Amino acid sequence: MSLVEVKDLSKTFEVSAPWLNRIIENKPRQFVHAVDGVSFAIERGKTLALVGESGCGKSTVARLLVGLYEPTQGTVSFDGQDAAQAFAGQGELPLRRRMQMIFQDPYASLNPRWKVADIVAEPLREHGLLNEAGAVRERVGELLTSVGLTPTDADKFPHQFSGGQRQRISIARALATAPEFLVCDEPTSALDVSVQAQVLNLMKDLQRQQGLSYLFISHNLAVVRHVADQVGVMYLGRLVEWAEKAQIFATPRHPYTRMLLDAIPDIHMTGRARTPVQGEVPNPLSPPGGCSFHPRCPHANERCKQERPAMQDFQGIRIACHAVIEGRL
Amino acid sequence: MSAAPGRPKQARSPTGDRPKAEKGASMTTALLEVRRLRVEIPTRRGTLLALDDISFDIAAGEILGVVGESGAGKSLTGSAIIGLLDPPGRIAGGEILLQGERIDHLPYEQMRRIRGRRIGAIFQDPLTSLNPLYTVGRQLIETIQAHLGFSHAQARQRAIELLEQTGIPAAAQRIDQYPHQFSGGMRQRVVIALALAAEPQLIVADEPTTALDVSIQAQIISLLKSICRQRGAAVMLVTHDMGVIAETCDRVAVMYAGRVVEIGPVAEVIHHPAHPYTRGLMGAIPAMDEDRERLSQIEGSMPRLNAVPAGCAYNPRCEHAFARCREQRPELAPVAGTQAACWLHEERA
Repeated sequence: MSLVEVKDLSKTFEVSAPWLNRIIENKPRQFVHAVDGVSFAIERGKTLALVGESGCGKSTVARLLVGLYEPTQGTVSFDGQDAAQAFAGQGELPLRRRMQMIFQDPYASLNPRWKVADIVAEPLREHGLLNEAGAVRERVGELLTSVGLTPTDADKFPHQFSGGQRQRISIARALATAPEFLVCDEPTSALDVSVQAQVLNLMKDLQRQQGLSYLFISHNLAVVRHVADQVGVMYLGRLVEWAEKAQIFATPRHPYTRMLLDAIPDIHMTGRARTPVQGEVPNPLSPPGGCSFHPRCPHANERCKQERPAMQDFQGIRIACHAVIEGRL
Repeated sequence: MSAAPGRPKQARSPTGDRPKAEKGASMTTALLEVRRLRVEIPTRRGTLLALDDISFDIAAGEILGVVGESGAGKSLTGSAIIGLLDPPGRIAGGEILLQGERIDHLPYEQMRRIRGRRIGAIFQDPLTSLNPLYTVGRQLIETIQAHLGFSHAQARQRAIELLEQTGIPAAAQRIDQYPHQFSGGMRQRVVIALALAAEPQLIVADEPTTALDVSIQAQIISLLKSICRQRGAAVMLVTHDMGVIAETCDRVAVMYAGRVVEIGPVAEVIHHPAHPYTRGLMGAIPAMDEDRERLSQIEGSMPRLNAVPAGCAYNPRCEHAFARCREQRPELAPVAGTQAACWLHEERA
């Protein structure tokens, strides 16, 4: 059984003008569908990567999974248990212990006024795992060592570390409760490439040693190719393609996936002529009807403009595209 | 076009005085010459040397990429060239020549006339480089009138043409909109139009696509490339993305801790890097066309400016470092197809 199962997950945010403006200017209430009917599963010990451009809802999915947002619709189940129910009731702490999150910006996610020892020990204390000072200190030392820092770093403040080292501290903090599942929201996009390589290697090592499962959010397909087992591509709040890594990079099916792969500047393709990419991501407040990708899609026809394609199984992958299903592509 | 300009100057004596004849020769090839540029930042705890003897040149119609990790001094080099160093940073030595003319010590007013007219600048964040209170058209028209002395009607016409060239649909209508009405990619197109307004000979683009999504990045890069090719403008493209460099540039300079450690034609630097740092950097980039279990990583991180090690600044992280690397600082010297500042190649030669 999968460790994490997400079914038909949706999140709607209200972005209406203030009540008085609505009355005076006669404006309607407005909602943005940040995540719209997303379903996927993550196996134990595997990494699912979600990719997409900014505003496609990938970070919202991450936050829904760890319970930072409440889903508008749909369910997240963790190890067979409904997460929303657990978060609301008695089961909150035990569940939170099993899933942790690593955020994008290591400069903003660590309290600058706390010492590293306190930052890493906070989950231990919060979950009541260790209370005795000596034991906490020892465990913090172990955690710091496991992410490639030294136990003596515990007495320093975050500003004494570089970006990559800070990200190691957030990983140490996330590992403090010995979780099974880590949600990583763009963990390396604020880092330089040489440091990014250090952090990615560390994450892979930890996965092997501790059997962790990852949900890895990124906009960088090259990084995704390096870490993921399965890849989900999101566009305007919906999952448009889901496949095993090897498959999605060798034979991308959805026109959006193809476009994304085509758009990446690659260091080994010096002088390659680019396929020009058409258009921009539409305003999520008024997404186009039918398939939301149709205004940018070179293969769109009447059906794509009218009818929204549903996610379905197709030759070993899952895809939401009329053109592919009909065999036009 | 790409490989030639940097070469002949190797013969130059390290003190910086050049024979007259060579100066004449370089004027015809290089549009921008940067010679032994040093930038200092005085602080309360002593003066930091942020750029240390940087030398390179860019020919007309050439795109030079400048890569390096954050803090390497790439953006600072760009700011020094356009004369927008943030105080207390200051140019402490060396010279910057635009078409053989020194521009590094010009008074503010004179530099202001060159900036915009002869050197255009594109910055990373398209939201902060446009004034949110003025319409896009007003900002473009102001720039065009200031530099080219057009009438308002002429300038407006020109502004619409520029917006069309940079691929903004319905330019005649959108010119009267405010920056917040444009998307990120569209804003960056406006910034490019603004930089091109006075047809500058040199464009300094500091991370022009970093704030954008990949699909938009691809559009902006090909736009920048085609416009520069058409106009024969030289471009200095500062970025940390090696992929962008590979697709856009003719030559690339790799910076580390305020120094250029390697410079050469893009294909050479990417496929046969001579400096261990460049090699490490290439190995650290996850590639799209190969599967590796682990990325090669460079241990440690770049030194802070107040603790740059003696000798080669890279020596504590370098697996090939030997005694000389810790004592003596290597200078750029030709190695195969590129130039690298590394004692390894000296030993072999």
